[in-house]
Amino acid sequence: MSTTKEQSLLVRATTENIAHVRNFVAKCAAECGFTVTNTDEIRLAVDEAYTNIIKHAYQFDETQTVTIKVFCESDGLHIIISDKGKRYDPETYSEPNVEERIKLKKRGGVGVYLIHKLMDRVEYRHEGALNEIVMTKKF
Amino acid sequence: MSLFTITTGNRADIDILHLNGELDAHTASQLEDAFKSLISKNRNKIIVNCAFLSYISSAGLGVFMAYIEDVRSMGGDIKLTNMSSKVFNVFDLLGFPALYDILDDEKDAHEKFTQP
Repeated sequence: MSTTKEQSLLVRATTENIAHVRNFVAKCAAECGFTVTNTDEIRLAVDEAYTNIIKHAYQFDETQTVTIKVFCESDGLHIIISDKGKRYDPETYSEPNVEERIKLKKRGGVGVYLIHKLMDRVEYRHEGALNEIVMTKKF
Repeated sequence: MSLFTITTGNRADIDILHLNGELDAHTASQLEDAFKSLISKNRNKIIVNCAFLSYISSAGLGVFMAYIEDVRSMGGDIKLTNMSSKVFNVFDLLGFPALYDILDDEKDAHEKFTQP
């Protein structure tokens, strides 16, 4: 298990970068000592968070950027994903009823649910125009 | 960039989609186009073989969520087969096994489509 180590990535907010972003964090997780299963969970949570920023914070404006910072610490992995787009209000979140959404032919609305299921702790922070989602996976 | 391809085939009135690679928000439109194309031709018995699907995010799951009712209302179904445990776990997180027919292999899906 590693001591504190920070790695970061700055990318354009485009779906073309989703694989790059999730694989970057998965590599950090593996290097930090996570199992394959936990690394897969972290990879998916990061994909969902980054995809939500592209879709909702930036509404597919590919000129915008997203910063991903990953900290391997003694208690686990901390991931901070930052944007300067439309703020997400976690108060609006409710657990999705997938069966109901299928009946209504609605897609989406399940990414945040997955993030909460996959990670041990999820926080949203705001400072000025900066929005951050902070996700923690414990060992 | 995510790599994803779909190979299509059919046997009588049953269509088979073989998914290969990573299904995410970048590639989900390909699966969406495949479903739309089949539905527009009134093809509604669809087997999706996931043997070579290495990754799926909620954007991929969303495509299944958006089209299953259309297909079922036409008297058909989307049956998923050959899923790896890694991909199955993502479907399972959202309770899909209770809502979709997830089968071991294509043969099982064929039998379920053709049984009287």
